Amino acid sequence: MPADVWGERKHKDVRFDPASAVERRDGLVIIRADTKDGEGRMLHYKVLNDLIRREMLAGTRHIVLEGVMGHRYIASTANRKELYIEIRGTPGNNLGAFLDGPTIEVFGNAQDMTGNTMNAGRIIVHGNAWDVTGLAARGGSILIKGNTGYRVGIHMKEYCGVRPCIVVGGTAKDYLGEYMAGGTVVVLNLGGARGSPVGLHLGAGIHGGKIFVRGKVEDHQLGPGATVRPIEEEDLPELLWCLEEFERAFHTSAPKDKNEYVKIAPASSRPFSGHYDPTSV
Amino acid sequence: MGGCGIAGCMNLEGGRISGDVIARMLETMGERENGLGAGYACYGLFPEHRDDYCMQFFFDHEEARTAVEELLKAMGSITKDERVHTQRVKSMRPPFPMVWRYFFRPSSKLEWRGRTDLSDDDLMVQLAMHVNAEVEGALCVSSGKDMAVFKGNGYSYEISKYYDLGRYSGKMWVSHSRFPTNSPAWWGGAHPLSILDWTVCHNGEITSYGVNRKFVEMAGYRCSVLTDTEVVAYTWDLLVRKHRLPISAAAFAIAPWYHEDIARLDPESARLATWLRITYKEALLNGPFSIIVGRREPEVTMIALADRKKLRPLLCGRSQDGRTAYVASEECAVRIVEPEAETWTPNAGSPMIAVVGKGIVRTGNEHPFVGGE
Repeated sequence: MPADVWGERKHKDVRFDPASAVERRDGLVIIRADTKDGEGRMLHYKVLNDLIRREMLAGTRHIVLEGVMGHRYIASTANRKELYIEIRGTPGNNLGAFLDGPTIEVFGNAQDMTGNTMNAGRIIVHGNAWDVTGLAARGGSILIKGNTGYRVGIHMKEYCGVRPCIVVGGTAKDYLGEYMAGGTVVVLNLGGARGSPVGLHLGAGIHGGKIFVRGKVEDHQLGPGATVRPIEEEDLPELLWCLEEFERAFHTSAPKDKNEYVKIAPASSRPFSGHYDPTSV
Repeated sequence: MGGCGIAGCMNLEGGRISGDVIARMLETMGERENGLGAGYACYGLFPEHRDDYCMQFFFDHEEARTAVEELLKAMGSITKDERVHTQRVKSMRPPFPMVWRYFFRPSSKLEWRGRTDLSDDDLMVQLAMHVNAEVEGALCVSSGKDMAVFKGNGYSYEISKYYDLGRYSGKMWVSHSRFPTNSPAWWGGAHPLSILDWTVCHNGEITSYGVNRKFVEMAGYRCSVLTDTEVVAYTWDLLVRKHRLPISAAAFAIAPWYHEDIARLDPESARLATWLRITYKEALLNGPFSIIVGRREPEVTMIALADRKKLRPLLCGRSQDGRTAYVASEECAVRIVEPEAETWTPNAGSPMIAVVGKGIVRTGNEHPFVGGE
């Protein structure tokens, strides 16, 4: 069933003005996502995103979302570089999908698939961001103060100097940087977790980009196609830029001694070429 | 990250949680369902009948009810029976089955049992299987002590209104909202799927269904509700109640480690892990899943488990006062009822286990055989 039909069926009896969820105070635009609609339910994410889009097109620079509770696709495809969105509550899956310029700051945890295929901009999460964060990202920064889940940075890519980065303050779980084609992932382990701050199958199928892990990485944790490489002089500007991006976001300091970090890089640009029949292409 | 929403909550000290709480949790994840099934199971809600088996049925017609009632009277005694309270919900479409509840005690006369080593629990399993497979128009929805399943075909908010869940409260709730992809949407196929005191809410699909089905059928279970989740319920019953495996070992059999990872365990654990993989290779659930499993014996227990590659979401939470445990597909389901909760994600293929009276005995981030019973 197409998504719009589904939305209509669920929300056909909505008799209320969505504009009542918007409040203007001290030069700020506040949108209350927990405003109840005609059926006593919270704003649907489509309505919320409509309101955000309308404000963005009217030139609003600072939007505060309050009472967010699982609303999906917040600010997806938003493309004004000067727009800043402050989120109070728990944003739903696909926060900032296809984001193209704005800054989103979450004061709490984010759910799955944050920054799906984002193009430019910043997503700052002051808590944890769970599974598949930054999937297929093509540019911009995702900065997470806490921990993250599985498959973070899966199939990130870079092109002509446009390079996405994900910095995780805490730890990450399995399949970090799976099928990674470009960009930078940094795991800081600021909480000082014992053992390795990353899980198994690290960089499985990686064929571009770099993963920096502050802490121990053992051979069995590496996925196919991933190798541990020494940090070269030319890696430093990239690593430092990511660390400074993290410092700017959280007004804190990140350890900058390169000897504390392990670099994981692709063994080749085509890790699975041996699995294909060369005569068939 | 897949369809289907799952949610569960438990008062770790044995206090009561209202049905409104679980309904809010599930409804918050409204994007995970498409109106083709939802259900709730409550544990510890009939203190005055706690030693009777509470059997809840869907009947298509009065004849089915008469047939089941005669069967029950022949096999034991009915302490009490009543129509389960339901109310009309405008947006729901018929047909509506008749929902009936029996408090039942199986007869102790051995001649009814065929085999003399059959326990009351075994008898109840056979009875439920028999009704589902043989009695036309009747479906046994739940058959455990001091627990009941409230499910149907509709959105989660419709089902919670249909059964008026606010009238019930219990020590634990588990729930599910459905986004069916490869099996029919009907009242019987809604989750939780239940046998005895076990309930299973499942997000994902079991691609190894054929093997798992043969495994439970060889042990005498009959699959009758046209959905892959029922084999998961029967597998838990077989592994833990019949074969007496500890919960963490049963979870390992269902979502085992790879052999190369097992090789890195300490020798004693590696031996156990290999033994479990070999003995229970047909219990391995392949495919993406996250499940919440509820159980009553010996104490009300909640198990949350995701597949070993973590292809479906699963998140656990604990209230700030440490009295309540939560499990859900999405963080928002926990935050809506407990804004200040502490949340974490259990490792892939590693169960989180919470037991009334004991607390959270496993967070899901431990060594595979640590914690639990």
